[in-house]
Amino acid sequence: MSQFYAVLSALLCGMALIGLFQTEDLLRRILALNVLASAVFLLLVTVARSAEGIDPVPHVMVLTGIVVAVSTTAAALALVIRANEARRKHEDPP
Amino acid sequence: MRVLAWGFDVFLAAGLLWLAWQALFTPRRFSAVVNFMAFYLLMALVWVRLDAPDIALAEAAIGAGVTGALLLTALGRLPAGSSAGADPRHWQRPLQYLAMAGAGLGVLWLAWAAYHLPRPGLATEVTAVLDATGVSHAVTAVLLNLRAFDTLLEIVIMLAAVVLIWSLGPPLRTFAPATALPGLPALSHLLHPLFLLVPAYLLWRGTHAPGGAFPAGAVMGAGGILLLLTDTAPWIYLRRHRMLLHLLLTAGMALFLAVALGGMLMTGTFFTIPLLLAPMLIMAVEVTTALSIALMLMAFYLYGEPGR
Repeated sequence: MSQFYAVLSALLCGMALIGLFQTEDLLRRILALNVLASAVFLLLVTVARSAEGIDPVPHVMVLTGIVVAVSTTAAALALVIRANEARRKHEDPP
Repeated sequence: MRVLAWGFDVFLAAGLLWLAWQALFTPRRFSAVVNFMAFYLLMALVWVRLDAPDIALAEAAIGAGVTGALLLTALGRLPAGSSAGADPRHWQRPLQYLAMAGAGLGVLWLAWAAYHLPRPGLATEVTAVLDATGVSHAVTAVLLNLRAFDTLLEIVIMLAAVVLIWSLGPPLRTFAPATALPGLPALSHLLHPLFLLVPAYLLWRGTHAPGGAFPAGAVMGAGGILLLLTDTAPWIYLRRHRMLLHLLLTAGMALFLAVALGGMLMTGTFFTIPLLLAPMLIMAVEVTTALSIALMLMAFYLYGEPGR
């Protein structure tokens, strides 16, 4: 079963990378980065199911990783929103 | 039973691939975001399937809840349809295709490598030292005692993100809903006790079973965002509460650092917690970090510094 999920995470990784490169939409790029992060987390947790039990260290890494991912997503979204507002102000001055 | 488990795995995998495809390649942004939130919910099921209930709890609250709210708010602020990024120049096109082809080849290699990956584990090592950490749940032990430095740095990253977002300007007030929703304030009043009860339970559980500071903070943060959405937390925008807000935001990091330095004074090594005090100190750190995480998630959602 572990191999099955490892291959699934590889497929998700590839899909996210192709999505990241093919789009010009910044919001879509943030989504692609999040999918990529999830795929990497999936690989880590799959590896954690080792022969002699469940390894808690990758679980902890993923737990912190999820929080870091939401922090970067929020920061990126805030930058996109502000950049968009600045551009709109620049294009049609009141 | 085996066939059933396999069927469930295949169903989950197919659902994840389909939702990721929808999130990345549908032309409409709104459906992309909604598919993405559903992707995170399915991901939480995968975590349960892979025996990682701690991650499932955090993912369901943070991934589907908080990230979804952040994305939907951003979606409302951006102009519909048109792309927000720069158009690529024509000489960049071949590079783009090259990158996509490289990603495709990389996936084949990654799939091969992941299939043959060795599985070294630290499970026995962690179980061996579990008695010396002061808690009986392995994930909490690694998170707050054995690898506490990682957790501290992660809280610092979160704080840095808050500083970045708040440095951009005043907060964006949430738009009033287009149609009057009389049920929404009532519903949020009904849900408030639950949003306090569930984190308290998760915190208490964290020392001996899946739960702990991260899921608790995430659930509390999601409740906080609901407060902001229904406009029932106007105090956060007031100027005179600014100091208190800053204090609460940094409380988790400050207590964590104090524990680390205190351990250094007592035992001579940074981040070594004496076993006698460990259960109490870890509980205190858990409660304050959960509060700080919840408040920082709310701070993200404001998209700007309140009180300016």
